[in-house]
Amino acid sequence: MARFLISRLLQGIVVVFITMVATFALLKAAPGGPYQKERATTPENEARLREEYGLDQPLHVQFLRVLSKAMSGTLKCDKFKSQLVGDIIRNSFPISAAIGLPALLIAIGLGVPAGALAALRPGSLEDRSAMLMSTLGICAPSLVLGPLIALVFGLKLNWFNVAGWYDADDWVLPSLTLGLIYAAYVARLTRGGLRETLAQEFIRTARAKGAGEGAVVFRHALKLASLPLLNFLGPAAAGLLTGSFVTETVFQIPGLGQHFVSAAINRDYALASATAAFYAAMIVGFNLLVDIIQAAINPRIGLKS
Amino acid sequence: MSTLHESPGQAAWRRLTSHRSTVIAMLFLVFLVLLCGCGPWLSPYTEASQDLKLGASAPSWSHWLGTDSLGRDLFTRLLYGGRMSLLVGMVATLVAMVIGVGYGLLSGLSHPRVDSAMMRFVDILYAFPFMTFVILLTVVFGRELWLLFAAIGAVEWLTMARVVRSQVLALKNQEFITAARAYGASFGQILFRHLLPNVAGSIVIYASLTVPGVMLLEATLSFLGLGVQPPFASWGVLIGEGAAGIQSYPWLLLGPALFFCSTLLALNTLGDALRDAFDPKSVSE
Repeated sequence: MARFLISRLLQGIVVVFITMVATFALLKAAPGGPYQKERATTPENEARLREEYGLDQPLHVQFLRVLSKAMSGTLKCDKFKSQLVGDIIRNSFPISAAIGLPALLIAIGLGVPAGALAALRPGSLEDRSAMLMSTLGICAPSLVLGPLIALVFGLKLNWFNVAGWYDADDWVLPSLTLGLIYAAYVARLTRGGLRETLAQEFIRTARAKGAGEGAVVFRHALKLASLPLLNFLGPAAAGLLTGSFVTETVFQIPGLGQHFVSAAINRDYALASATAAFYAAMIVGFNLLVDIIQAAINPRIGLKS
Repeated sequence: MSTLHESPGQAAWRRLTSHRSTVIAMLFLVFLVLLCGCGPWLSPYTEASQDLKLGASAPSWSHWLGTDSLGRDLFTRLLYGGRMSLLVGMVATLVAMVIGVGYGLLSGLSHPRVDSAMMRFVDILYAFPFMTFVILLTVVFGRELWLLFAAIGAVEWLTMARVVRSQVLALKNQEFITAARAYGASFGQILFRHLLPNVAGSIVIYASLTVPGVMLLEATLSFLGLGVQPPFASWGVLIGEGAAGIQSYPWLLLGPALFFCSTLLALNTLGDALRDAFDPKSVSE
């Protein structure tokens, strides 16, 4: 276990590091810089700015500076020098998480029962309607569903603000959008996993020894059936908590997702590298968590380092 | 119907067309391609022709799906946008297919150590935040169309590589390959005559499942203003424009949303049906 954790943590650090280097290098390869605006400053002035902020140094020196400052928490944005990158992430991550967490709960709370119900009665009305709903969910991505939900609940019914982050209930519509879409995938995976599991022999054994239907489903089948679902939920949770670009754009939420896009457009090397690294760290962390849970559920899988 | 004297291909075709939903999806896609391909020539309007006096108008007999604030006919723009979206979907899938098949073949045929290293690399790439990279690529290297194809293709090849590699591993030690080697077939002959034809089914199935994913990625990028650029339109661009004006002109969202979602639905239905038809072992859905 300890060996597994150490090796996976080292691998994770490598992934995060490579993500950071790649983001930094890609942005550096782009034309333009943080101090180029519509109204150009004089070449001397720009040269002075670049010198002051160390942008005239060799690339690896610049990157190491970004890295060491990020480690000590003193990394500042390249575009707006007064802001600490750490502050931006600290302020916007809770907003993204406040939308992502309910979305995750909606996805699981709606998707797992719907998928289970469908799997237990294949071909029934419940099965077909659940699968129809989930197909519709998969074919109506957030860029379509988001504006539609805003149109219905924001403009027509007037229950919530259409966009923005002002009132205490502004998380509802974005969470609903993301939750419904993820619920569609969760329902499909639950149904597929459960049907495959219910056809296996140990289920027949459990039935043969007289276990009730509830025990068969909940104690035996659902555990094994949740494996593909867990594999999906790991990266999904990381993506949901760190904010979806599209949903944050549709509902104009000041979350983490939009910072990444604007940082890339502004050529803010520090902010872009740091947010990419943060996102990669979340994915790595959740994947690790999923692997540990999977090994706990099914000891035959074991911990692959 | 006699099922005794049919080839595997005929059997697959029969399974494929035995579901009404699959047939409807296929007909819809054919109709859509024809409509987007030929429709713009038949329409009295063009993609960019404006009618500023008319402005934004609700659907009517002269403008079936209404017009936008510049008085451009939405239906015509949807047909042009459809050309773009379908084109991106096909070309980017082709890019992903070439990379994925090449990588998968190479990995599957290499020495086991090289193979495991190559697959390890794919595993690591799976953990990468790809959406962020596609956004970076499009921000960084301008918004040229061919770069969009390349960027999307470069992201979507991973699963294809895995599928092809696992097939090659299963095939490469079978008797017919050994036989081919024994009578002195060259590496190229084994690859193109014996291996690829046997992998082709999986490639086609997986490619058909990649197309809707690719189209979704393109629409997302265009929606964020990072994909297809004006004067061209794509469904993602039109959905973005519609979403910006839902307060006053909801029809500008509903039209593109309907086209886009029904296309994704048809493509997903067809992809699932292909997988079920050609691989009877796989549990359906």
